[in-house]
Amino acid sequence: MSEVKQLVKDLAEEHGREMESLLPILQGIETREQHISQEAMVEVARELNISAAKVYGTATFYSFLHTKPLGKYVIRVCKTITCMMHGKNQIIKELENVLKVELGDTTHDGKFTLMETNCLGQCHKGPAMLINDTPYTELTPEKVRDIIMQYRNEEMHAN
Amino acid sequence: MNKKHLQRLDLIFKNEHDTEKILEKALARPDDDLINDLISSGLKGRGGAGFPTGLKWKLTSEVESDEKYVICNADEGEPGTFKDREILSSVPHKVLVGMAVCAKIIGSRKGYIYLRGEYKFLKPQLLKIIDDFHKLLDQLNLDFRVEIFMGSGAYICGEESALFESMEGKRGEPRNKPPFPTNSGYRGKPTVINNVETLAHTYSIFKYGPEKFRDLGVQDSRGSKVFSVSGDTPIPGIYELEFGMTLQKFVEDFGDGDAKAVQVGGASGFCVPRKKFDKTVIGYQGKLTGASLPTGGSMMIFNSSRSMYNVLHNYLDFFVEESCGQCTPCRVGTQQLLLGIQAVKKGEQPSSYLDKLMELAEAMRVTAKCGLGQSVANSFSSIVENFKEEMIY
Repeated sequence: MSEVKQLVKDLAEEHGREMESLLPILQGIETREQHISQEAMVEVARELNISAAKVYGTATFYSFLHTKPLGKYVIRVCKTITCMMHGKNQIIKELENVLKVELGDTTHDGKFTLMETNCLGQCHKGPAMLINDTPYTELTPEKVRDIIMQYRNEEMHAN
Repeated sequence: MNKKHLQRLDLIFKNEHDTEKILEKALARPDDDLINDLISSGLKGRGGAGFPTGLKWKLTSEVESDEKYVICNADEGEPGTFKDREILSSVPHKVLVGMAVCAKIIGSRKGYIYLRGEYKFLKPQLLKIIDDFHKLLDQLNLDFRVEIFMGSGAYICGEESALFESMEGKRGEPRNKPPFPTNSGYRGKPTVINNVETLAHTYSIFKYGPEKFRDLGVQDSRGSKVFSVSGDTPIPGIYELEFGMTLQKFVEDFGDGDAKAVQVGGASGFCVPRKKFDKTVIGYQGKLTGASLPTGGSMMIFNSSRSMYNVLHNYLDFFVEESCGQCTPCRVGTQQLLLGIQAVKKGEQPSSYLDKLMELAEAMRVTAKCGLGQSVANSFSSIVENFKEEMIY
C-alpha cells in the first residue's frame, strides 16, 4: 500500500467515513503532506464512498487546503486593512529578501512557502503572520529575520 | 488629559471560576425559568446580527427531535474583530457553561465549537479545558459532550448555514433561509448556534440574574459588548463597554486625536465620517435615536493620513476573495465594484460612474443570497458617499 493510501486509511479510521469526516480528513492530509494530491483525493473518495469531484470541490474551497505542494513551513502574512496600515508590505519585502522567494513561491529547499492571507484576528497587534499554526505579532523587519533564523537553525539541528 | 468618557466594564473577562456552582444551580432550575431570564436580560447575538438569544433557545427547545445540536461559532473572520479569540483564551469555561445549559434546555447531547483555522494554536489548551468540563458534566449527570471542529480558512463559514455545510464536509456555501437553524441546522437537525461572546454572557446572566445585564445599555441594546479596537489608536486592544455610546465619545477615548473615520462592524459594516461621530450611537437598530449601528464589535479608526480609497480597495480585495462564488450578484458584483473604483481612480471612467457602482452595490444588497453579498453595500456606499473626492483624485 502506498504511503498516501495508508495515510488516508488511518485518517478515515480516526475520523470516520461520513461526509462529516471529510474536512478533518483533508486537514489531516494537508498537515502531513503539505498539500492534498490527486491521488489522495481519489483515495479519500474511495474510503468515504463519495465521488472524487465532491472531494475536489471541498478541497479547493478552503484557503488553508492546497492541491499543489507547499513548503514544510507555510508563512501566511495578514494583508487585511490594519495590518496593511501598520507596515505589512515591509514585512513581505523583508521575508522575500531573507527567503529569496517572491510572494506565493516556495524556497528551493522546499522548506518555506510565503503567502498572504486575510484577517488573522490579530488586528491590535499588526502586522501579524502565521507560520503553520503559530501566530507571530507586532512584526518588524528585524523580528522577522530573527524568526526565520530560528526556524532555519532548528532545521539544521534536526538534520 | 480629559479622557475616559466611557466606563470600562468587567463582566466577561472577570476572573471567576465557579463553573460547578453556576452549572449546578442552572441545571436544577426549570427550563422556562432559564429561558425567561435570558429573554428578560435582553441579550442579543453578539456576532453582529443581534437575534435575541433567549428566543433562539426557546424556539429550538419547542421543536420535536431526537437529535439536536449546540454550536459555538468561533469562526471569527470579520476584519478588525479579535474578541472571540481573547474570550476563548482567557474565559473558555464561561462559553462551555453557556453551551451546557443550552443543551439541557433544548435537549441536546452534542455540541461543537467551530474554531477557525487561524486559531488552531488555541486547540490544545481548549481540549484540556473541555476534558475537565466533561468530568464535571458526568458528576452533574448531564449527558452532553463538546467537540472542536476546525475550520480551514474561509470567512464565509462564519455565516451559520455555510458553517453547517462546512461541518458536513461540503463547500462553505450558505443555504437558503428559511428553514432557520432552530428547525433545520447541522445535519438538518434543530440547532442552536451562538457566537462565542453571546455564550460567555449567558454565564454572567445565570450567575447574577438578568437584572444586572439589563441595567446596562440603552433601549433595545442591553448589556455590555466586547469591542475590538484597532487602526489609528494609541491603545489598540479589547474593551468591554456599555451599549449606547456615541462614536464621538468613543473616538475621544480611543482615537489619536486625528480620527477622520471609524469603520464600525468590520469590512461588512459601516464607515462613519468625523462629521457624523456625535450623531452615531453604537447599538442594535431599534428605537435608538439618530443613526444606530449594530456591530460584532469591530472598531477600526482611521486618521487623516489614511487614504479611504486604499481602505475601500482593501475591503473589496477581501470580499472578492472571500465570496463563495455561489450566487452571481456577489461573485460578479464584488469583482465589478473593485474594477470600477480602479477605473475611476485611473480616470478611465468619469466620476459619475461611482453612482452606477452604488446602484450595483444596492442591487447586491437586495439580490445576494447571504449576508456577505448583501453587506458589501454597507462599507461601499458609506465610504464612497462620504469620501467621494478621495475615490476620484
